Amino acid sequence: MQVTLKILRFDPAKDKKPHWETYQVEAEPWDRVLDLLHKVKWYQDGSLAFRRSCGHGICGSDAMLINGRNRLACKTLVKDLGSVITVEPIRGLPVEKDLIVDMEPFFAAYRAVKPYLINDEPPPQRERLQSPEERARFDQGTKCILCASCTTSCPVFWVNGTYIGPAAIVQAHRFIFDSRDRGKRERFKALASGSGVWRCRTAYNCTEACPREIPVTQLIEEVKREILFDHF
Amino acid sequence: MAIKSKRYQEARLEASTNLELYWWVFMRISGLVLVFLLIGHMWMNAVLVDLNSIDYEYVAKRLSQTTWKVYDWLILALALLHGGNGLRYVLDDWVRDPAKRFWTKVVVYGLLAFLFFLGSLSLFNHDFGVN
Repeated sequence: MQVTLKILRFDPAKDKKPHWETYQVEAEPWDRVLDLLHKVKWYQDGSLAFRRSCGHGICGSDAMLINGRNRLACKTLVKDLGSVITVEPIRGLPVEKDLIVDMEPFFAAYRAVKPYLINDEPPPQRERLQSPEERARFDQGTKCILCASCTTSCPVFWVNGTYIGPAAIVQAHRFIFDSRDRGKRERFKALASGSGVWRCRTAYNCTEACPREIPVTQLIEEVKREILFDHF
Repeated sequence: MAIKSKRYQEARLEASTNLELYWWVFMRISGLVLVFLLIGHMWMNAVLVDLNSIDYEYVAKRLSQTTWKVYDWLILALALLHGGNGLRYVLDDWVRDPAKRFWTKVVVYGLLAFLFFLGSLSLFNHDFGVN
């Protein structure tokens, strides 16, 4: 089938602002959007810039705004989109070139919640044991691949970038609810402040955007509750 | 932190306080209390009495009693705080330009304070002429 691929292009060396460019691409219905981008880059216009690494929905580098929704280009099939496909960079982060955005603010928020095990108790002789139920408590957060689909779909994040964002809260949830972790108060410093969880308005964009089907909004609410009950 | 503080307002956002937690709790509690206060208000002024029979005398008689003064003042205060904080959320979410956001807030807060002052004045400092 013939697909009309519209891409929002931006070259910082030439352009003042982004503009749309249209490409005609021959595609099979079971092709992924990533395949279409490859066809453009390899056979039509080599200057097209986008990130991709594994191409199998694990590395989280090719999150894009495809037909108005944040998705991974490598997990989105042409047959689910139709013959006209629009691709834009994810929103709320500075665009560097074409579909590549500066991820630094996103990872700064990620670092702020201290996404690693904090436990200063002396380690036991063998491992820190955990029951299957305790492990299941934070299972959803472990599925996150840090693709930024959720954070860049959040209308509160778009406004002025001071909101810490859903992805960082999901990462915090993964450790706050880990029975081996003792660092939840340290994480609350970033999460309970004015730019933390209380800016979430439960728009549910993040939950819809997550390519790993993490119930992001629910996890944010759980963190809110944990901060609330920890305080009172 | 996601923010590199350049302005006072950003630095304040970054500072770790529990203020936003208290506001969040306040919104839930005041919302719930307001529902009952307002249902009671409508019940007493539209169901128990005929709405059309309400005149100055009825209102003056009612508002000369301390209980109803406090009742109405509670509605006034909670509604302004609850609504005002809701407006603050909306402005923080929608007004992108910091200077515009600041001045919109100044106007909104000023208006709220004026309404609160006016309402309190007419509740507690007005002679309704009823003994």
